Amino acid sequence: MLSILIMLPVVACAWILLAPGDEMRRAANARMTALAVTSIEFAIGILLWLSFDTASSAFQFVENLPLFAPYLAWHLGIDGISLMLIMLSVFLMPLCILASWTSIQKRVPEYMAAFLLMETLMIGVFASLDLFLFYLFFEGGLIPMYLIIGIWGGARRIYASYKFFLYTLLGSVVMLLAMLYMTGVAHTTDITTLMAFNFAPGVQTWLWLAFFASFAVKMPMWPVHTWLPDAHVEAPTAGSVILAGVLLKLGGYGFVRFSLPMFPQASVQLMWLIFALSMVAVVYTSIVALVQTDMKKLIAYSSVAHMAFVTAGLFAFNTQGLEGGVLMMLSHGLVSGALFLCVGVIYDRLHTRDIDRYGGLADNMPKYALFFLFFTMASIGLPATSGFVAEFLVLAGSYKAASWLALIMTTGIILGAAYMLYLYRRVVFGALVKDDVRAMPDLSAREVAILLPITLAVLWMGIYPASFLKPLRAPVAALLVRLSAANPGEQSVNLHK
Amino acid sequence: MIHDLASSIHLAFPELILAVGALILLVVGVFLGDRSLTGLSWAAVGVFALAGLHLHFGPGIAFGGLYVNDAFSTFFKVLILSAAGVSVLLALPYLKHSATSARFEYPVLLTLGALGMCMMVSANDLLSLYVGLELQSLAAYVLAAFNRSESRSSEAGLKYFVLGALASGILLYGISLVYGFTGTTNFTALHGLVHGGAARNIGVLVGLVFILSGLAFKVSAVPFHMWTPDVYEGAPTPVAAFFAAAPKAAAMGLLVRVSMQAFGGMVVDWQQIVMFAAIASMLLGAVGAIGQTNIKRLLAYSSINNVGFALIGLSAATPAGVASVLFYMTVYLVMTLGSFLCVLAMRDASGKPVETLASLAGLSRSRPGLAAALAVFMFSLAGIPPLLGFWPKFAVFTAAIDAQQYVLATIGVLASVIGAYYYLRVIKAMYFDEPAPVFAPADSRVNTAMIGAAALFCSPIGMFAITPLTSAAQAAALALF
Repeated sequence: MLSILIMLPVVACAWILLAPGDEMRRAANARMTALAVTSIEFAIGILLWLSFDTASSAFQFVENLPLFAPYLAWHLGIDGISLMLIMLSVFLMPLCILASWTSIQKRVPEYMAAFLLMETLMIGVFASLDLFLFYLFFEGGLIPMYLIIGIWGGARRIYASYKFFLYTLLGSVVMLLAMLYMTGVAHTTDITTLMAFNFAPGVQTWLWLAFFASFAVKMPMWPVHTWLPDAHVEAPTAGSVILAGVLLKLGGYGFVRFSLPMFPQASVQLMWLIFALSMVAVVYTSIVALVQTDMKKLIAYSSVAHMAFVTAGLFAFNTQGLEGGVLMMLSHGLVSGALFLCVGVIYDRLHTRDIDRYGGLADNMPKYALFFLFFTMASIGLPATSGFVAEFLVLAGSYKAASWLALIMTTGIILGAAYMLYLYRRVVFGALVKDDVRAMPDLSAREVAILLPITLAVLWMGIYPASFLKPLRAPVAALLVRLSAANPGEQSVNLHK
Repeated sequence: MIHDLASSIHLAFPELILAVGALILLVVGVFLGDRSLTGLSWAAVGVFALAGLHLHFGPGIAFGGLYVNDAFSTFFKVLILSAAGVSVLLALPYLKHSATSARFEYPVLLTLGALGMCMMVSANDLLSLYVGLELQSLAAYVLAAFNRSESRSSEAGLKYFVLGALASGILLYGISLVYGFTGTTNFTALHGLVHGGAARNIGVLVGLVFILSGLAFKVSAVPFHMWTPDVYEGAPTPVAAFFAAAPKAAAMGLLVRVSMQAFGGMVVDWQQIVMFAAIASMLLGAVGAIGQTNIKRLLAYSSINNVGFALIGLSAATPAGVASVLFYMTVYLVMTLGSFLCVLAMRDASGKPVETLASLAGLSRSRPGLAAALAVFMFSLAGIPPLLGFWPKFAVFTAAIDAQQYVLATIGVLASVIGAYYYLRVIKAMYFDEPAPVFAPADSRVNTAMIGAAALFCSPIGMFAITPLTSAAQAAALALF
């Protein structure tokens, strides 16, 4: 089942690129195929979720074929955390295709192919149980994203695409060295075995730092976040959605899957580093977001701040923090994706991301104003939205770990409210004086169809988070057992609190 | 004596086929003239195939210890013969296009070069090493100057010859030193003397340094790389493709055999030399390529860079390390030949070959298939998974880490990031830039098929080749231990 989920977009990709006909027909074919395939992927994802046993912390739907021996095996399987992130990917993908339906007119087949390839690679990352299969998908994602930013991006797309590619590549190759060392010591590339393998404490620190180099860049954490605003600003709308919605989650997923279980002692030792960077990120990037004049850049900085919540939660080493961290990834994936879509809606109309060029949209675009308001509130963390649940859990977890950590993180929430409301006021409220802004039509049916499902998902996660927390319970509990067993007598690992 | 000759001929039968085949091609060519080019080229491919069919793994030593046949030499001979065959075929459209260079000597020279290369990887004596190397080099000097009417080509030939002769001199001097201090030129005997400690003196050490320098010139490892960009740029494109492929593999095979077999007891002595050459080649190849505007020069630096990575495997000096070198060279050959095939396929509307990076602009619009293939080669050369080019790098880094050469591996991965930049430049030109003038459509079905096959091999589908290739490389590497 996982193999089908991974390979189906590749097959569709080949069909889109090789399909005959003139440019118009190929473009139409590409759009339809991409939408159909991503919808099928979503349906398969639902099936996976329904047949998933949430009580077990073991990996499920396991497939293991020694195809590429001796280097790696086609070894797949998912636990609750990967399941949720796969669901996020397959949910956002059809919406991305719909969002690009009319705004992309140039080289449509290649565009859709790149997105389908992206989907394959993202699902592959979350479903890999082989160290190098993971690396393959993790790195492979650079290629389609580089092309998406570089071909369909904005004015400074070339600079942004290089920066994105080289920045993330530099982080990843250091991780590759660590992986090679690990397989040399443990004589296996199997992730489940490595998750239970005890590396020597001194070695753990180095390995942890090497993985940290890669995940911190992907996450991105302050101070290696600078590629993100550039990449976001230049990427086309759907590219930003995937970047914010799923690609940023690879870093957090990496921490949960590799750093914490494989190097439990180093994780506890270097907890201070994560906390320090998270606190700086929350305050610093929130303040930076306040002064942005570019909408996408503002949301990009807010992403960095939200990701700091993820890292703080994951390294709080308690149930609330870990579950909150993962939930934060899901929530942020939905909310920031939706915010980028909202920006894309008005960008398609006026072709500028400059906040000052807008104003008073509430008058002529009431439906848009409503959706935008909802996602703004979700980003701030208003109760009944997913953001609230996630932020609450993270704060509860980090308060247990260290009260001063929770204090600083809370200021981040306040600042977050400040910059989001400030953005909303400038774009939507005020007098509708500019003629070109007045001429902008309200949301089309297609745009409503994109934003409505995300709205419902955000509400669902905000009102009844148990459905999303249930699959996380067992793997998080297993992770905490592993952490506390590796760190006996360590006060910071609050297993039973 | 008679028995020895009979078994020697049996062992060296592929080389004999090449030698006789080259002579027959030459005679036929002389009688039929330049119009026989196409026929002779296909006949040369036939000779390579025939020689390939007679390859065998039977280990054995022939001609009184001058020649050795083992899994290692067979592995390289397969590479050499295939690369030489591709090099003959890919030149056909180019040679036919330019009236002055449509000469029948091209396939003949390549056959002689292939013979020299096969001798190189089968050498079991410093003298047969030298003879094989010179046969290959002489053919190469002529090939570099093949476009007689063009001054760039003549310059490339002359440069290659002068510097190559110097390198041969250094090599020969090293050989004479080793012979003077040990009294033998035979690898097996040398291995015994060196390993026993009897021959580990300063004279042999100096000789070893000279020999390694001469061989480093042939694989174009830094600091003996200076000729590479100039010769690649000046030589006709198909010749540059040939230089980047088969001779590199042969010289690398030779280097590995000399280091691991003849001087296998002096690993600590040559390891630091190889390490230095590896680091310098990786970094200089990566940094030097950044400023290039000519694709052929860029590929020249890329080949220097790649040799550096392959040398990481050698400096590990373990069976896994040697196997990774073999794996690396195999994939490198395909990627390089593929890239050069793409360069050859690019002509502007008037049919003139295009060589500057700027003229690649918008290739993805005018020739989408070609651009996609070149993109695959570039991402593969940059070592981005899941493309096949990642896995040889993976193999050499694994070997280095297992041999606890962490510094070397770290510099290696950093160099691969620097290297990624210039490969990305090619892709940027093809995909991100606005289209340049329209390109002429593909004119050779054979070349298009070869590009397609190479691109398919370098794509993720090629990962299915990992298992057979690595096990073959492993078996070949074990022949040296």
